[in-house]
Amino acid sequence: MSPIATTRSATGIPTGRLAVWWVIISEIVIFGGLVTCYLLMRLGNPEWAEYASHTSTPAGALNTLVLLTSSLFVVIAHNAAEHDHDGAKAFKFLWMCIALGGVFLCVKAFEYTTEIHHGFTITKNVFWSFYFIATGLHGLHVIAGMVIMAIISFDVKKGKNFQRVELIGAYWHFVDIVWIFLFPLLYIAK
Amino acid sequence: MSKTDHQVHPSDHGHGHDHEMNFWSKYIFPLDHKMIGLQYLWTGLFMALVGGFFAYVFRMQLAFPGESVPGFGHVSPASYNALITNHGTIMIFWVAMPMLVAAFGNILIPLMIGCDDMVFPRLNRLSYQIFFISTVLLFVGFFVPGGAFGGAWTSYPPLSARAEYNLTPWGASIWLLAVALEIVAFLLGGINFITTTMNSRAPGMKMMDIPIVVWMINIAVVLFMFSVGPLVAGAVMLLFDQTIGTSFFVPSGGGDPVLWQHLFWFFGHPEVYVILLPEMGIVAEIITVFSRKKLFGYKMIVYTTFMVGILSMIVWAHHQFIAGIDPRMASIFSFTTILISIPIAVIFFAYIATLYGGSIEFKVPMLWALGMIAEFLLGGVTGIYLGASALDVYFHDNTFVVAHFHYTLIPVVFFGGFAGITYWYPKMFGKMMSETLGKLHFWGTTIFFNGIFIPLFFLGLAGQHRRIYDYRNFPDLAGMQDLRIFATMCLIGLLISQIPFIINFVRSIKNGEDAGKNPWKANTLEWITASPPPHGNFAEMPTVYRGPYEYSVPGRKEDFWPQNQPS
Repeated sequence: MSPIATTRSATGIPTGRLAVWWVIISEIVIFGGLVTCYLLMRLGNPEWAEYASHTSTPAGALNTLVLLTSSLFVVIAHNAAEHDHDGAKAFKFLWMCIALGGVFLCVKAFEYTTEIHHGFTITKNVFWSFYFIATGLHGLHVIAGMVIMAIISFDVKKGKNFQRVELIGAYWHFVDIVWIFLFPLLYIAK
Repeated sequence: MSKTDHQVHPSDHGHGHDHEMNFWSKYIFPLDHKMIGLQYLWTGLFMALVGGFFAYVFRMQLAFPGESVPGFGHVSPASYNALITNHGTIMIFWVAMPMLVAAFGNILIPLMIGCDDMVFPRLNRLSYQIFFISTVLLFVGFFVPGGAFGGAWTSYPPLSARAEYNLTPWGASIWLLAVALEIVAFLLGGINFITTTMNSRAPGMKMMDIPIVVWMINIAVVLFMFSVGPLVAGAVMLLFDQTIGTSFFVPSGGGDPVLWQHLFWFFGHPEVYVILLPEMGIVAEIITVFSRKKLFGYKMIVYTTFMVGILSMIVWAHHQFIAGIDPRMASIFSFTTILISIPIAVIFFAYIATLYGGSIEFKVPMLWALGMIAEFLLGGVTGIYLGASALDVYFHDNTFVVAHFHYTLIPVVFFGGFAGITYWYPKMFGKMMSETLGKLHFWGTTIFFNGIFIPLFFLGLAGQHRRIYDYRNFPDLAGMQDLRIFATMCLIGLLISQIPFIINFVRSIKNGEDAGKNPWKANTLEWITASPPPHGNFAEMPTVYRGPYEYSVPGRKEDFWPQNQPS
């Protein structure tokens, strides 16, 4: 017996969508705090430009492309679930999105190993500390998104909880947008 | 008709009940918002005793330096630091937050908006479980090599960032992890609160029919969500400074310790209002009921509360006037800090206007509410001195500051908390508390509370810095030992004054007089259901016809008019 509370909607907005937006807002302030700290310290330390030149812009650009494509797939999955009620198609595109998340993490792992190999570790200086914490925290969000998406995909395949594709999609776009901020700040701005 | 057939007893082994529950699913892993609220309340009250005990130990050290403290033993400088640090941490994060925000939010929101539960019951349960783990973790910090963290509850780096300075390599990190987990718990709970209030109000309940306490809890939660994010990021950075040797906040490695202060107080100051607002809502509910009058300026209070929320986000640097920030920035923060007294004063004057001409009944909840209004005044007024940056240079970090924030937080957390507990106790347990024991508790607490902190104002003016182990090392302060002993004796009196409350609370659950549905003759929806409300809250889901404060309406036989009663 589920409570009435879970189905009532005084605002006309589904409860799940409201909650996901609150999650995203609280995540925005977390990343916002981190990025603001980075910006303030970057402005006070012109020599960080030289440190930033050691990050691999091509790898970052490739990853940007990968994430943006994955966002497209999640949109197609959402469309398939909500519009066509086609669970199988949504399942397929969710998994293509998860696969691209995996590609992103592989590229990231390759970058990390190269950088650490060249002596740019998290304790090297504050720029590298920021680099590893910001991208690491973002990477954890990618992993979390992939796990939740996988869980949702099996439900969707069985024809249940189609609305959840939209919710994980909103979260996935948020993770993308964080990367869109991190990429210029850590890779391009020299 | 005090009980409905929807009520479920733990001993009820009726066949085919689909919501029959055993001990574990009812009390330990409940989905019911009221039980989760009570879990938060028990934990909060228990932690208040722990925090109070810590205060007793370090005040005894200050009154009788170096002597063994009964019930604790010798207080070393390291354990003194750990005690004051954890006293602050516990009282803010493990007493004020769970009691005022989580317990009252969980118990009241669905009941007062006329709904059967939170929109995400499982998320709600998870929120308490994470909170419980964080509580255990905080205690674990006391038993690791090096002992508990002693770098003050503000955890300023580089003292907190490097084990060679704070000498508690494990304690510092465990403390930080516990606080971070506690924050996660409240973020999860907060999403539930806001979504529930937005979406699952009873049919007919418009935004301006929501009881003021529900408004205030929600605004507090939004404030918490917006302010705590940067601190979460900061906590990750500090944790990496402590454990793997990054230098975000360590000057020798290119970091900036003042950055932490900004991150901490960007959260830390709004946090004061996160705690204050729910309690102001509780007081508002109580004064209308016990003066049988409409709440003065309901809409204005709601708008003003938003104003408080917005302003509270731009005052944080008043904690850093002497931290080396630009004096021009200090002027701006002085201005915004003192500006915030205006909306707060507007709300308090609305409360006083509510009382004006009312037929006031001095029941125990009302005493606590009035006591809060009176005592908070001293906290508010002394805040103006500290908000002015020029004066703050003199006042900073002495016991004047300590007295000031205890005069804001004790009326808020304890007076407001006890007001809420005594007012909603009949609803929570279906029994009345004893008025005599309640009054004893109230007067004891009020007298001894003032006895502790008025001396601290004078000691602070005389230059007594906070956080010092033994003031006899300072010739100018050594002569004021009598005042310190007086404050300590009053603290013992304050702790003893809590005994009537504990007796009252525990005894009334079994032996109290039956409360009935609506012992205070109040309008809000929680009073139309049985006490305690069954799982699912209402036998029949209510429909709302009017605002919550229609008391003594001319032309009506009764002096109250419940929200669900058709006219």
